[in-house]
Amino acid sequence: MMRIELVKRPQHSVLFSALSPFIAFGLTLVAGAILFAILGKNPASALYFYFIDPLTEVWSLHELAIKAAPLILIAVGLSVCFLSNNWNIGAEGQFVMGAVAGSILPVLFPEFQSWIVLPLMMLMGIAGGAAYGAIPAWLKVRFSTNEILSSLMLVYVAQLFLDWLVRGPWRNPEGYNFPETRNFHDYAVLPEILSSSGRAHWGFLFALIAAVVLWFLLSRTLKGFEIKLLGQSPRAGRFAGFSSSKMVFFAFMTAGGLAGLAGISEVAGAIGQLRPVISPGYGFTAIIVAFLGRLNPLGIVAAGLVLALSYLGGEAAQISIGVSDKTARVFQGMLLFFVLASDALIHYQIRITRPQTERTGEVSHGNA
Amino acid sequence: MGTLEAVLLTIATAATPLLIAAVGELVVERSGVLNLGVEGMMVMGAVTGFAIALMTGSAWLGLIAAIIVGALFSLLFGFLTLTLVTNQVATGLALTLLGLGFSGMLGEGFVGQPGVKLASVYIPGLSDIPLVGKLIFGQDPVFYISIALTAAVVYFLFKTRAGLTLRSVGDNHGSAHALGISVIGIRYMAVMFGGGCAGLSGAYLSLVYTPQWTENMTAGRGWIALALVVFASWRPWRVLAGAYLFGAVTIGQLHAQALGFGIPSQLLSSLPYVATIIVLVLISRNKRLTMMNTPASLGRPFVPDR
Amino acid sequence: MKKTLLALTAATLVSFGATAAYAKTKACFIYVGPIGDFGWSYQHHQGLLDAEKAMGDELETAYLESVPEGADAERAIERFARSGCNIIFTTSFGYMDATNKVARRFPKVKFEHATGYKREHDNVSTYGSRFYEGRYVQGEIAASISKTGVAGYIASFPIPEVVRGINSFILGAQSVNPDFKLKVVWVNTWFDPGKEADAAKALIDQGVDVITQHTDSTGPMQVAAERGIKAFGQASDMINFGKETQLTSIVDDWGPYYIERIEAVAKGSWDQKDTWAGMKEGHVVMAEYTNMPDDVKATAAATEAKIKSGEFHPFSGPITKQDGSEWLKEGETADIGTMLGMNFYVKGVDDTLPQ
Repeated sequence: MMRIELVKRPQHSVLFSALSPFIAFGLTLVAGAILFAILGKNPASALYFYFIDPLTEVWSLHELAIKAAPLILIAVGLSVCFLSNNWNIGAEGQFVMGAVAGSILPVLFPEFQSWIVLPLMMLMGIAGGAAYGAIPAWLKVRFSTNEILSSLMLVYVAQLFLDWLVRGPWRNPEGYNFPETRNFHDYAVLPEILSSSGRAHWGFLFALIAAVVLWFLLSRTLKGFEIKLLGQSPRAGRFAGFSSSKMVFFAFMTAGGLAGLAGISEVAGAIGQLRPVISPGYGFTAIIVAFLGRLNPLGIVAAGLVLALSYLGGEAAQISIGVSDKTARVFQGMLLFFVLASDALIHYQIRITRPQTERTGEVSHGNA
Repeated sequence: MGTLEAVLLTIATAATPLLIAAVGELVVERSGVLNLGVEGMMVMGAVTGFAIALMTGSAWLGLIAAIIVGALFSLLFGFLTLTLVTNQVATGLALTLLGLGFSGMLGEGFVGQPGVKLASVYIPGLSDIPLVGKLIFGQDPVFYISIALTAAVVYFLFKTRAGLTLRSVGDNHGSAHALGISVIGIRYMAVMFGGGCAGLSGAYLSLVYTPQWTENMTAGRGWIALALVVFASWRPWRVLAGAYLFGAVTIGQLHAQALGFGIPSQLLSSLPYVATIIVLVLISRNKRLTMMNTPASLGRPFVPDR
Repeated sequence: MKKTLLALTAATLVSFGATAAYAKTKACFIYVGPIGDFGWSYQHHQGLLDAEKAMGDELETAYLESVPEGADAERAIERFARSGCNIIFTTSFGYMDATNKVARRFPKVKFEHATGYKREHDNVSTYGSRFYEGRYVQGEIAASISKTGVAGYIASFPIPEVVRGINSFILGAQSVNPDFKLKVVWVNTWFDPGKEADAAKALIDQGVDVITQHTDSTGPMQVAAERGIKAFGQASDMINFGKETQLTSIVDDWGPYYIERIEAVAKGSWDQKDTWAGMKEGHVVMAEYTNMPDDVKATAAATEAKIKSGEFHPFSGPITKQDGSEWLKEGETADIGTMLGMNFYVKGVDDTLPQ
């Protein structure tokens, strides 16, 4: 019987590292063209609206930055978690709690207006996210509670907490009892980068800075080595004198802090008030972004931009040629599948063989 | 029908889809694979079950079709993660995205049409026994399937050779492979079993729970099912207990509201989640027991080396 | 240029009262849910389809569904404004600030925001419907046919819109049976068929025999049908889901408003306004009264007619609040401000309003 098998390359293929995004993109174009043709749309124009149209206008580039910023910020933080084998899938909740903590000043003390408000809000946002991230970390260290579950459950709790705040104690007193807080005053709004051409705000700069800092941390420092070593082999890490308990807290609080920063930036930048729902699932999408970027902060910047582009392109295609919202999501799913599949080529060779007597072995890469 | 009996029936209905999806995922995870795409497979099952039942007039055919489609859909995940060795977490999330979009596309023509409901069992005499009659003898067929499925999975995992093999693959794929076991083959079958269960669970929503099709009608139940597996520390009977506990808290909070307790509804709505965390902490304090049940190779990719 | 000329000609013709061809107008819609929800967004989309039917080739439309409230909304609205839309309907409360922000940048485009109250620029109008008018009729019907004297209310979120509906319902019910009771369950979602069905079951198990809902799915209707009690539909006519169950349904009919406003843009007569229309204007339509005795039907129809003609207002004094204090005296009717921000129950609601 013939079988498709993967054979591990002795080294990562440099060629395929560079080529795999293009292969994925090519496959997506072909599959997308077929999908659109089946639905009776002109494939060429559909693909144009997906990938080119959003890049042709300045305002749209700003929107790309706005959409990508939270994804990148959260995903670079998650890369620390995943590399150190901490399965934080609760970034959505940390995002929300960061936004809540950061909004305390403009919502509860609207008379306090000074330039210092905004920096304080950012710091409180980071603290809020980090503190919320510390809960599953503590549960994992103290009770060895599975962090996938506890962090996920805490997402729902955070969302309901925000909901309660916004409908109850923090509701805008002048807002006809609608569920939203007062609008932030001018000192509490994150400035736009280039206000003449669009509304992208500093959140995108935060994302870029965070990506560079974490890239340096992971690839150039002892801490980065510690993170990866503990992730790949906790035992070897312990022999090297590293504490895995401390690492759990470090990873969760880094990711939580960055998710919190993303939360308060989104609220202070793009929205301008707290509302019952402030995120369309950034915390979950960022998990995909982190892996698309191969857990490398610089790769994550690229992945975040591509994913943001697929959202914007989906909208452009819906409006211009009437592709439905569901088709846009199917197409996005296809893109993700092809990117993931093509990455296999970096580590493995595909070989078609007949089964024979085998030697065993085990690979561990990334998250193992 | 007394109130207590009615409440218990409601809880059983709420727990059944969670139980089916979670038991399926449990088998997948016992084989060492983490498939986060349960929600996507469920919603595909929901639309398939609804559509086939409506077109053929038979809810049973709908259920069967949903199982098949769920299993086929999970093959996509299997091919990527098992053959192409992609990251399981990211692939599972992508599968959910794809499923939600795809089901919406397929179901566009079915919105606003009442569906075919799977009839409940009725055994003259037995179903009329006070208190327990309807509970034990008068529910929908899928309820019985869910209990039988749990028992079958327990038997399979812990009493059969094949189950032992599957668990060994999940615990240490390296040594399993050395013993000549086809790790990838077994994982493919486990993934498809999980997909079939998720499909059935989705069809339960669109054929029994609320016989209709609406986009995103699973509304996050796939995620709850995933949580239940960990909550149950990979033991099938605990999954059953967890599903019923979760159902009881969800239904209980609705009853508390209807009785007029003045508690913020957000607090009540968050109770199931908080309860899950607390129970999980209580369970996982017993480290030895948890470690014993956790598939050691969970989420780790496997490639035979040659 | 040609377009402007055409528009001018059209405007002239119309001013003479002739039915004439309009210059092509582009109307764009943003929905918060999928158009397949068979509820809120579905009904708005029906309005779009009505407008297409009425205006034919003179109208071009586009829509975006499932647009999250927040940063995404502003982008979606801006995209529409840039893509040549003449009028943009933003159909969820959460789009309020985004609509106003974009409107500032595109003064020539007209914006219509549903259910909000902010009109910060001349090119922003707001519109909403007086669904509470229908709730009063429902309350009357419920009290007339209920044997247990208790109805169940599946509520989404404690916002004024929903609270208004609950109050109007109980007032309608008390006009028939002063001791009528109402149990309220908050499900904290607009759309989750399973959870809404669970809520319906919980209410039925506690002895209610009529159910009404302020959530969007047909789940509760199906449960009511299964348990053999009666229920009211919501947003759309749900009779297909409960042929022997649905008493009536409050149908959101946005078509007349959309046609009126789009035609106004085409004619160049669009002006800013705040529309809060109800049965009279045809925005709130009661689905056929079914599954009830003829005398109840007749009373319901009579009340509907009185509300339509303006003879009767559901919030007419004397009305006592839940806490026993007086809200409206004999002969008073509620002012718009209090109704818009309603955050209290009237007497008879068996629930504590989440604050």
